[in-house]
Amino acid sequence: MAAGPDDPVAAPGHGAPRVRPAGDAALTVELGDTVDPVVNRRVLEFDRRVRASGLPGLLESVPTYRSLFVQYDPGAVAFDALAAALLALVPDGDVPAEGRRWVFPVCYGGEHGEDLGHVAGTHGLTAEQVVAAHLAAEYRVYMIGFAPGFAYMGGLPELLHTPRRASPRLRIPANSVAIGGVQAGITSIPVPSGWHLLGRTPARMFDLARGDDAFLLAAGDIVRFERIDTATFAALEGADGPVARRVG
Amino acid sequence: MDGLRAIDPGLLATVQDAGRYGWQRFGVVVAGAMDLAAYRTANALVGNDADAAAVELTLTGGRWEIAGQPRRVAVTGAEFAIAVDGRPVPAWCSFVLRAGESLTIGRAPDGVRGYLAVSGGIAVPPVLGSRSTHVRSGIGGLDGRALRAGDRLPLGDAGEGPELELPAEARWPRAPRLRVVLGPQDGHFGPDAIAALTGEAFPVTAEADRMGYRLAGPRLRHRGSDNIVSDGIALGSIQVPASGHLILLLADRQPTGGYPKIATVVTPDIGAVAQAAPGANLQFEAIGLDAARALRRDWDAHLASLSARMRPAQSGNPYDSARLLGLNLVGGVVAGE
Repeated sequence: MAAGPDDPVAAPGHGAPRVRPAGDAALTVELGDTVDPVVNRRVLEFDRRVRASGLPGLLESVPTYRSLFVQYDPGAVAFDALAAALLALVPDGDVPAEGRRWVFPVCYGGEHGEDLGHVAGTHGLTAEQVVAAHLAAEYRVYMIGFAPGFAYMGGLPELLHTPRRASPRLRIPANSVAIGGVQAGITSIPVPSGWHLLGRTPARMFDLARGDDAFLLAAGDIVRFERIDTATFAALEGADGPVARRVG
Repeated sequence: MDGLRAIDPGLLATVQDAGRYGWQRFGVVVAGAMDLAAYRTANALVGNDADAAAVELTLTGGRWEIAGQPRRVAVTGAEFAIAVDGRPVPAWCSFVLRAGESLTIGRAPDGVRGYLAVSGGIAVPPVLGSRSTHVRSGIGGLDGRALRAGDRLPLGDAGEGPELELPAEARWPRAPRLRVVLGPQDGHFGPDAIAALTGEAFPVTAEADRMGYRLAGPRLRHRGSDNIVSDGIALGSIQVPASGHLILLLADRQPTGGYPKIATVVTPDIGAVAQAAPGANLQFEAIGLDAARALRRDWDAHLASLSARMRPAQSGNPYDSARLLGLNLVGGVVAGE
């Protein structure tokens, strides 16, 4: 008997994750409904287990802030059976972080970060104070989405929380280091956005020429920034080798 | 080199295959043919692999030529008016197109999208495992963009084969009411919203493209918040933003989003959505997961048996008759017009 859509399958004892249908060939396993590093860590560990499980009918999984979206072949597995098998893989409680650690060079302000002054003005800070606060923090990639390789990151210091622009820009450049609301991010291709541009990194976040490594960041990665000047930016932007450093 | 040349690509033509699955975790849009059954039928008619790339046409099909050896071609989807050097050719039927002949694809009276398949398939390089074009991110197809007049698309190798047709009664029917599975966030809506979803008509607005259709019609009220923390989006997801107006998400949907999704149109009925033009009334019918799975099984079986349902192109095919007459092989026979 299939669970009705109003009666999502729940597993008591696992922090009540819920499996909800998304049509005939996809479902969502919700581990929470907030932006929370513990929930996100559990999602990423759950995703790792799902991918390693070899469960029949699994086609693709997409980890988000607080849920795992699963595309499946309904010819190979029914919703109820898959839901039960997935719930058995949900980790109990918090799990250790497993992401890679990166340092990204950033050129702040000027033509590379035209909203630096606006953000400083919004908070009664100087541009240098904004840069210092942004540099001091460590950021965690919660998910990749919106555009290929776009990293949604948490960890933005509270004094930099800045409402999005009232009117989004039609196009902001690739590899922009930006903030929006409580979130930080690095863009990967030119996109419309209401986020504020603090600077740019010469690292190419998305580059098909790198093959399977086309995307620099993955969910769970930890990011810090280091400041470079415009001359260094120019030198690194055209560089062949890796520009962002793996430090763990 | 053999190729397919766009003399005029019509309103919007892009290279598409079955979609770029496996990369949504990196924010990559799936894309792919909007009307999957029509796309797969076009490939079957010309003897291609099921996942070969074809050209997706929109509302008007334009004009095309091939270079190199003769190729079987077929146009499926909406019933476009098709002609080769001015001689009419039926849709859902393969025929041989030779270099120097001009394939004209006019308007679609009954739908929006068509699939032009050429034997050998469109051989643009695959990107992340697929040839599908996603214009907004500039990935796939020909340089990640819509086709322009003068473009030449490479073709794969192909042998000869029969001219085939798929009779109308053997095609996947367009559902009069789109079947949906409620969820994943139907809990954000009260019974009145669910009743409106399944009882009222929702006209397609002019804001309708490969990413999704904004629908007019009644506004659905949220019971709780009109925002959720972003989660994954399925093909056919029906989002309800704060305005209460529905957005039905299609091939170029974003992988994640933050509006509650009240229901999801089942995969077998997405083709009917793909062929719904602005102004068309969409109606929804909620079905359970078991019924959705059974429907999907029927659809998969339909797609797997396309070749068996095809028959040799009928002699009533005016293009064949015209060609035979033209070649002076059928002396004294009058083509039945």
